[in-house]
Amino acid sequence: MGADGTRADTARAKPRIATVSLAGCFGCHMSFLDIDERLFELAELVTFDRSPLTDLKHCGDCDIGLVEGGLCNAENVHVLREFRARCKVLVAVGACAINGGLPAQRNALDVGRILLDVYDRGRPGLAAGSTVPNDPELPLPLARVHPIHEVVHVDHFLPGCPPSADAIWACITALLAGRAPTLGHGLIHYD
Amino acid sequence: MSAGTFKLDGVDVPFDDGDTLLAAAQRAGHHVPHLCWHPRLGQSGACRVCTVRVDGRWAAACTTRAAAGQVVENRTPAIDGQRRLLLQLLFVEGNHFCPSCEKSGDCLLQATAYEMGMTGPQFEEFYQHRPVDASHPTMWLDLNRCILCKLCVRASTEVDGKAVFAIGGHGVGAHLLVNSPSGRLGDSAFADSDFAATVCPVGAILPKRRGFAVPIGQRRFDCAPVSAQVEPQGDGEGGHGR
Repeated sequence: MGADGTRADTARAKPRIATVSLAGCFGCHMSFLDIDERLFELAELVTFDRSPLTDLKHCGDCDIGLVEGGLCNAENVHVLREFRARCKVLVAVGACAINGGLPAQRNALDVGRILLDVYDRGRPGLAAGSTVPNDPELPLPLARVHPIHEVVHVDHFLPGCPPSADAIWACITALLAGRAPTLGHGLIHYD
Repeated sequence: MSAGTFKLDGVDVPFDDGDTLLAAAQRAGHHVPHLCWHPRLGQSGACRVCTVRVDGRWAAACTTRAAAGQVVENRTPAIDGQRRLLLQLLFVEGNHFCPSCEKSGDCLLQATAYEMGMTGPQFEEFYQHRPVDASHPTMWLDLNRCILCKLCVRASTEVDGKAVFAIGGHGVGAHLLVNSPSGRLGDSAFADSDFAATVCPVGAILPKRRGFAVPIGQRRFDCAPVSAQVEPQGDGEGGHGR
C-alpha cells in the first residue's frame, strides 16, 4: 500500500502477496513470521495485499495468494473464490488447506449434532436457554470440511502442520524468481 | 552363490536362484520404493509402489523373478511420477492426518511420499469413518489409516500361526477384518508380542499408551530419507514397525 493509503504503487510494481486463514489456526501465518529477519528482505521485494497482517478488507489483483486452512463454512468459500479470482498463483499452505487437516476429523460426525452438543442440550457450564447461534450474520458451517483444491484450482501445495519457516521461504523465493517450488528432505513434511 | 546379475539403474546387482528383483536389490543395499513387501513375508503385489520397468515393460519388482542380464529402471522421474500418483490415491482413500498420528516420522507411507516429493493430494478425499477398535488391552486399530498392504495378514498367518487378520469386502469397500466371533481385536488371539503387532507400515495397528515417545528430529525418517535406510533383513528386528 502507498503512503497515501491507496493501492497505486505502480512506480516500482513490486509483486503483490495476499494471505488468508480460512478454517486455519493461524499457525501457518506464525510459521511464516518465523522467517524472522528475512521479513525485512521480503518487505523490500513485495507489497502485501489483503492479509491478517494488513488492514485491507478485500483481495486486490495479486501475484501470489497464500491460503491457510480448509473450508468449514460459507464465508470460507466466498473468500477462497475471491482469492482465486485475484491471485495469479494460489498456494495451499499447510495440512488443513491441503487435505482438510485435523478439523476434518469432524467429517465422521453430523454437523448439527456437533453444534447441539456444544451450544445446546443443557451442556454443563452453559446458561439456561442457550441454543445454537442462528443470526444470519454468522456463516453457516458446511456439512463437511474440505481441502481448498476441491473448490478452486490450486497451483502449489506447501505441506506441513505448519510448514517450516525455511519451507515457506523456499516456496516464496522460488515463486518470486518465477520457478516452481521444490522441497527436498527436511523441508517436506506433513506433521 | 550368485546366480548372475541384472542391471538396476545401470548398476550390477547380484541375485540368487528364486530371488525377486526387489529382494535382490534391497539385499544389495539399493532402495526400491515399496509398502507391502517385507523380507520375512511372502509376496503380495498389493501396493504397486515397487513398479519398475524391466527390459522396457512395467513390472512389480516384488513379484518379478530376477534373471541374468535384465535391464531394470527404478528411480527415473517418470516411474517416480507414477509412484507419486499411487501414493496420492492411498492418501485420499484414508484419513491420513499426520499432524496427530503417533506413527508420524516412523511411517513408511509418509516417508515414501516424502521421497517421491508428494506435496498435495490433488484428488477428492474419501473421508472414511470406520470406528476405532480399542477392545484389546494393549493394542488398538485405526482402520481409517489402513492401506490394505496385508503385511499383518501375512505376518499373523505365516509367522505367528494365528490368522488374526483378513481382508474382506470388495472394491473401495475392502477393509481389514479381525478373525474373532465378535470381529473385535480384544476377542481374537492377538498379542502385542506377535510379529503382526509390529509389522504395520502405517499407523493402523498401534500399541496403547505409548505414542509420541520419540522426540521430533530423532524419529526414524527424520534422520535420513527412506532411500538411505534399506531395511536389515532376515532377523525381523529392523522391519517397518517399532
